[in-house]
Amino acid sequence: MANVSITVNGKLRTADVEPRLLLVHFLREQLNLTGTHVGCDTSQCGACTVLVDGRSAKSCTIFAVQADGSEVTTIEGLAAGDGQLHPLQDGFWEEHGLQCGYCTPGMIMSAVDLLNNNPSPSEREIREGLDGNFCRCTGYQHIVNAVQHAANKG
Amino acid sequence: MVGQRIKRREDPRLIQGRATYVDDIKIVGMEHVAFARSDIAHGRIRSIDTSAAEAMAGVTAVLTGAQVAEFVGPVPIITPFPSPDHRAVVVDTVRYVGEAVAVVVATDRYIVKDAADAIVVDYDVLPAVVDTEQAMTGQPAQLHADFENNLAIALVPSGTGVSPDGQTVDDTAIDKAFADADVVVSQRMVNHRLAPSAIEPRGTVAHYEPGHDKMTIWSSTQVPHLLRGFIARMNDMGEDQVRAIAPEVGGGFGAKIQAYPEDYVVAGLSKKLGIALKWIEDRSEAFLATTHGRGVIGYIDIAATKAGKVLGMKLRLIADIGAYNTLFTAAIPTFTTLMANATYDIPAIRTTITEVFTNKTPTDAYRGAGRPEATYFVERGLDMLARKLDMDPADVRRRNFIQPDQFPYTTQMGAVYDSGDYTAALDRALQNSGWDKLKVERDQAQAEGRLVGLGLAMYVEVCGLGPSAVLPTGGWEHSQVTIERDGRINATTGASPHGQGNETTFAQMLADQFGVPLDHITIHHGDTAVAKQGIGTFGSRSQAVGGAALHLAGGKVKKKMAKFAASLIEAHEDDLVFENGRISVKGAPDSGKSFAEVASYAYVPVVGGAVQLPDGLEPGLSEEAFFEPSNNTYPFGCHIALLEIDRETGEPTLLRFVAVDDAGNLINPLIVEGQIHGGLAQGIGQAMIEEVRYSEDGQPLTGSFMDYAIPRAADLPRFELDSTVTPTPVNPLGAKGVGEAGTLGSTPCIVSAAVDALSQFGVTHIDMMLRPEKLWQIINGGQS
Repeated sequence: MANVSITVNGKLRTADVEPRLLLVHFLREQLNLTGTHVGCDTSQCGACTVLVDGRSAKSCTIFAVQADGSEVTTIEGLAAGDGQLHPLQDGFWEEHGLQCGYCTPGMIMSAVDLLNNNPSPSEREIREGLDGNFCRCTGYQHIVNAVQHAANKG
Repeated sequence: MVGQRIKRREDPRLIQGRATYVDDIKIVGMEHVAFARSDIAHGRIRSIDTSAAEAMAGVTAVLTGAQVAEFVGPVPIITPFPSPDHRAVVVDTVRYVGEAVAVVVATDRYIVKDAADAIVVDYDVLPAVVDTEQAMTGQPAQLHADFENNLAIALVPSGTGVSPDGQTVDDTAIDKAFADADVVVSQRMVNHRLAPSAIEPRGTVAHYEPGHDKMTIWSSTQVPHLLRGFIARMNDMGEDQVRAIAPEVGGGFGAKIQAYPEDYVVAGLSKKLGIALKWIEDRSEAFLATTHGRGVIGYIDIAATKAGKVLGMKLRLIADIGAYNTLFTAAIPTFTTLMANATYDIPAIRTTITEVFTNKTPTDAYRGAGRPEATYFVERGLDMLARKLDMDPADVRRRNFIQPDQFPYTTQMGAVYDSGDYTAALDRALQNSGWDKLKVERDQAQAEGRLVGLGLAMYVEVCGLGPSAVLPTGGWEHSQVTIERDGRINATTGASPHGQGNETTFAQMLADQFGVPLDHITIHHGDTAVAKQGIGTFGSRSQAVGGAALHLAGGKVKKKMAKFAASLIEAHEDDLVFENGRISVKGAPDSGKSFAEVASYAYVPVVGGAVQLPDGLEPGLSEEAFFEPSNNTYPFGCHIALLEIDRETGEPTLLRFVAVDDAGNLINPLIVEGQIHGGLAQGIGQAMIEEVRYSEDGQPLTGSFMDYAIPRAADLPRFELDSTVTPTPVNPLGAKGVGEAGTLGSTPCIVSAAVDALSQFGVTHIDMMLRPEKLWQIINGGQS
């Protein structure tokens, strides 16, 4: 067992974990933050995307011990907490950027990183920027609209 | 509200990570399940060594197939075709890679995987057969003893001159059509295997409570009510003892209609051990253990005049169904033959179906389920005819359309098309794409040496499944609408959604029906203890069947509520209107009572200290309805693709995609667009990048998202959508269904665009997917 201290959604969480425990399972199983999903086992689909120290990361590809000392933000911690949605959450709602919703938390977290790096992306830049996130429901068009919606507000 | 682009009421929980999918469920004392799976395609189990797994700390139980067979019977199917014995966990012979050979229960989800990996199986390896037509020779492998030459279904004819029972076949009309023809086009086409790939893999939590002798099963399913029935039957329980819950379901696409071996084993083990169990599928498992889709070879022959009038068509299907016949497997190709008439007035058609066992994952429903295959074969065939006659592909279609005044139209295949205006959809698509201008631009680009092609396809699909006579599960849908005593509305639907947005569209309908705000309405679904009856969501039936049931139940309770209101207001019920949260006499809004006042009266029907029930009504406002459709619905449309192929690399790029879809009346156009987008992405994926492949010895070559490509955002263009509206008379909403539409027109129009781009190299047909290497070979002198 290894001891980790990870700040998750602004709150310091300390735990003894198996060295092989994936960050996504630490979040889901130990902290009950089940908004982060698992859609594959080869780091392709991006359903598990969270922010680690402000950058998007696939939490199925990181051991919890690797995140020791980091700040992690999940979909549950994205909104400011004042009852307001994050502009990307609002964009996904307004533009019908989701259907089954399974890929959505990871998609939103990737888009957060995308807009942090490029606040006014072109459609092509949005499509390429979301390369690491699969959606099987929407055909992506409304997702692109959702990111544009958030960018125009930001 | 109906007809408006209202944002979804489902979304707040989904965009904030507050939804509950099956893997989010935890129960005190719950343990985990994992399966050891065959890593060979065909072989007899000589021995299984479970000792290492059993010795691991935290392992509760390890069972082989023989042990599972003691309490889990053969996996049932519901089609009326013969089927070999199919065990949830293999007893003696494995027939595909990924078939379960043992099951483990442990306290921890990591340990359970370790234990499954520690099981060692010794096999007598048998030859495997992967190629469908090779399998029909019975060589080199015979999968099931009672199915000679691996034929699950040897040959079922249908169409012109075939009696409904298939027993007598009269070839006169079809022979004459081909004898009279000026031209005949013939082509073998492959509509290849796909992996449905919902982003949420499957999963099941079963909780048998011995003290109650009751089972609750949560499953990522499209059909909780059907699952309840299967789980009850397989566990010698009654449907009253089983509660099935589809929690939030992360996509289905047909592959989650199935009641799978894992569902039966997890439920059976929970009952046997008396504890709650969870099994969650890995993605790598999903590629092996979740049913695949398509996998059909079509031999098509079209007989036509010089003017492009089709006189007759033959379509011979050979379906690769994999190692077993699962729930709907055998019926999927029947949807292909049913739709062989497509949008055309073809006077003679002969189809045949052959279904073949191979050493691969079983196939079953995948978005469109048989109809995309029909559309692909017929539309590609018509495109070949247009090319042979040097006609515009739009003109060939126009010449053969069933005309608006011919509806209801009985096809040669026995379908009765409800309504349609195919010319209108074609014209709109031609106009929106700028077809004539596009042709000029294509010609200019080709003159410059660029490989640009245009493709067009019509489609018609059979939706709103379906009358009970054609669906072994029953073809109705159920709803209950309750006006609560505070005037709020609770409604249930058996159409359990997995992204379709029923909580929004169904509330829109009730808001209009009752004249109350959307946020006074809650739609419940997916839990058999709450939505008491149902069939489920597949075959684009939610709106056309489920929505119709909701409308009927709403109508019943509205009628009753009007009687209570009439009594309170002292008016005649026929003079009342439901508007702005009030029930009042038409033209006199102040005369009425609020919705809540009337509701309250219905539950406490006391006036001046005495019970006063109008017309001898029972108290309360809760009514249910089953809607049994009189027919299917037949939505249609026209899709156009513009494609460019890189001359140096063979890589195709989809430049434009124009779609005109007619799904009848639309409840929420925003949601409809989303459904079409998603269908298009899957159709484009099939045409361009998706393909399940196996090695010759049956090893999967596409066992993860590293090797199986589903479309990413950058793979797709911005879709250009439009619609025509031809309501259906089949249900009171006039809605036809739209969930699968996008998968139909997209594959043939993209392939036709590729053939158009490469026709200068003499190619007349290219099988999907459009692998760059394949296109490069054509460009560089080889044939497809």
